[in-house]
Amino acid sequence: MTFINYASREINCKIVYYGPGLCGKTTNLQYIFDSTAPQSKGKLISLATETDRTLFFDFMPLELGTVRGFKTRFHLYTVPGQVFYDASRKLILKGVDGVVFVADSQEERMDANIESLYNLEENLQAQGYDLMAIPYVLQLNKRDLPNVIPAADLAAELQRKGEPVVEAVASKGVGVFDTLKAVAKQVLTELRKS
Amino acid sequence: MHEQQFRQIEAVVAKLRNDASARVVFLVDKDGQQIAVNGDVGNIDTTSLASLAAGNVAATGGMAELIGEKEFPTLSHEGERESIHICVIGRVLLVVIFDDRSSLGLVKLRVKQVTPELHTIFEEVARTTKQATSDESFFAEITDEDIDSLFN
Repeated sequence: MTFINYASREINCKIVYYGPGLCGKTTNLQYIFDSTAPQSKGKLISLATETDRTLFFDFMPLELGTVRGFKTRFHLYTVPGQVFYDASRKLILKGVDGVVFVADSQEERMDANIESLYNLEENLQAQGYDLMAIPYVLQLNKRDLPNVIPAADLAAELQRKGEPVVEAVASKGVGVFDTLKAVAKQVLTELRKS
Repeated sequence: MHEQQFRQIEAVVAKLRNDASARVVFLVDKDGQQIAVNGDVGNIDTTSLASLAAGNVAATGGMAELIGEKEFPTLSHEGERESIHICVIGRVLLVVIFDDRSSLGLVKLRVKQVTPELHTIFEEVARTTKQATSDESFFAEITDEDIDSLFN
């Protein structure tokens, strides 16, 4: 739920990066963190296991600038991708304003993408949201690897509602800001509509 | 939330910090957005703290459900020097950070005393927010150019 503070003239929105294990959700946040000016960002918090797998969530606040005198701040979260952390994923979707689904383009990860997308739909429903109505972007990550499914085929399988599809190589920053921009735009447009 | 309500909340938070001899008092919403803060923040990253407090409450709330409880309304973490007490008040969390100048008992007592007042203020916030969404067109005036300008 977008938090608007009229007194301090701030708009705070929550964006969640979702997707199967090792698809690159944390890498997206890490790239945004590394390439943003210090005054625009807070700390990147990672609640991870000893082997650097996300345990609960990653979090970073990002300030984009002002709209009509209101500071716009995006709180970016990732979920843990591994199947058995489902309870945590459900909690992180509470109060979400926009979702990025990060798909792993490698052929052998197709089943994991589909399972995670179904899981996203279910968990959104559990929190009272509908994937068809919420600001949403599909990112096809790891496009630089040799064994990837053609982007058109992947999009045909995973696209749900004509949402923007962004091809990405998150480790090199390709498509990372395009993805963020696409979802942030939808969130602000939604605010205007409401 | 409007200016006057924000000032009321700030006043309650300031009074609580003083009465509980706490180092810092935060008010955070359940989604991890910071609403108000009072006290010696020092080097504390308040945005991250708000997010982690909300994550903490969400995680223990999930555990509560699993064992058939509605929620755990208070959480306390005691450290060697600094401690944290979190109290769930409706949609918001009151987070009190204190050291050995205070005690958990005193903090709990003072938090309990301000709870009804905060409840009342947030009920009023919810009521005026409903009104605002029906009669304010401020956000309807945001243009595509406004949104694009954020990314330039």
